[in-house]
Amino acid sequence: MHEFGIANSILDAVRAESQLRPDVMVRKVGLRLGEASGVDPDSLGFCFDALVQGTDLDPLTLEIEMAPLRHACPRCEREFEVTDFDFSCPTCREPRTVRKGGFELDLAYMEVEEP
Amino acid sequence: MKRVPMERKVLSENDRIAAELRAAFQQHGILSLNLISSPGSGKTSLLERTLERFGSDQRVAVLTGDIQTDNDARRLARAGFPVKQISTGGACHLDAKMVERALSDWPLEEIDLLLVENVGNLICPTSFDLGEACKIVVVSVTEGDDKPLKYPSIFLKSDLLVLNKIDLLPHLPCDIAQLRKNALHINPEIDVVEVSCFTGDGLESWTEWLAARRQSVEVA
Repeated sequence: MHEFGIANSILDAVRAESQLRPDVMVRKVGLRLGEASGVDPDSLGFCFDALVQGTDLDPLTLEIEMAPLRHACPRCEREFEVTDFDFSCPTCREPRTVRKGGFELDLAYMEVEEP
Repeated sequence: MKRVPMERKVLSENDRIAAELRAAFQQHGILSLNLISSPGSGKTSLLERTLERFGSDQRVAVLTGDIQTDNDARRLARAGFPVKQISTGGACHLDAKMVERALSDWPLEEIDLLLVENVGNLICPTSFDLGEACKIVVVSVTEGDDKPLKYPSIFLKSDLLVLNKIDLLPHLPCDIAQLRKNALHINPEIDVVEVSCFTGDGLESWTEWLAARRQSVEVA
């Protein structure tokens, strides 16, 4: 259950940002989550809601956008989504391709209410 | 409602400390390895067998993480090398801050190889960079040959898979060729060694892998 710690880190980041803009209310935070990040989105959402409830940030919500596992081909330069862990290039069948994404655990945006 | 871009990593604080650790390891020529597995796969046994094989001139140190007790540190200290227990007090993984704190009173210039045994857990430790040169995943054959398919993240992020408890294969339905195949399906680059920490079979393949990695640090 490392999702609790991760949810807490998200809230720390939101608090840090909202201190920089004391005039706005943060209503939503957007997370980009890689499908190979090892973080479960449902569990993270559950922990996030539990941590927000009854605090100064309530009713802040979390929106998770899943980022697929992506590789790029060094030969034909095609970038593609990896399905069923087949890392070979779908265009030229080059077997050795380069990791481009899928491990993200990034805060992408906040939605704020201005006075 | 107005959308404001953030573009920062959730674990930026962990990543910052991990980057500092990595720089310190490089500066002192330390190879740091992060061992990850389910509970009971044999991380501590692998380290025991490894330390037993080292001469006293080897500059090796071990950090071992557990939720409770210092049992593992006491087991590993018998070999005579510096060992420190990190008790996480409930947390299911080590983070970079814990490693930084544990190393704070150790002279890094006296260490060439730092073995970090993570908390037994195949999921959570995957997300936390500890400044290591690479991750090593340990799987015992009692866990079933489809483990890499069920927990792909750790196999994607590891440089080496240690298959442990191969002495038990005659008693198990586990197909080790299939296990290897599944691991290589997830990560075609992963190295694989097969060992039994109980009988000692295959341990040379692990120590050879380790020696090659240590040499690559010295050359760099």
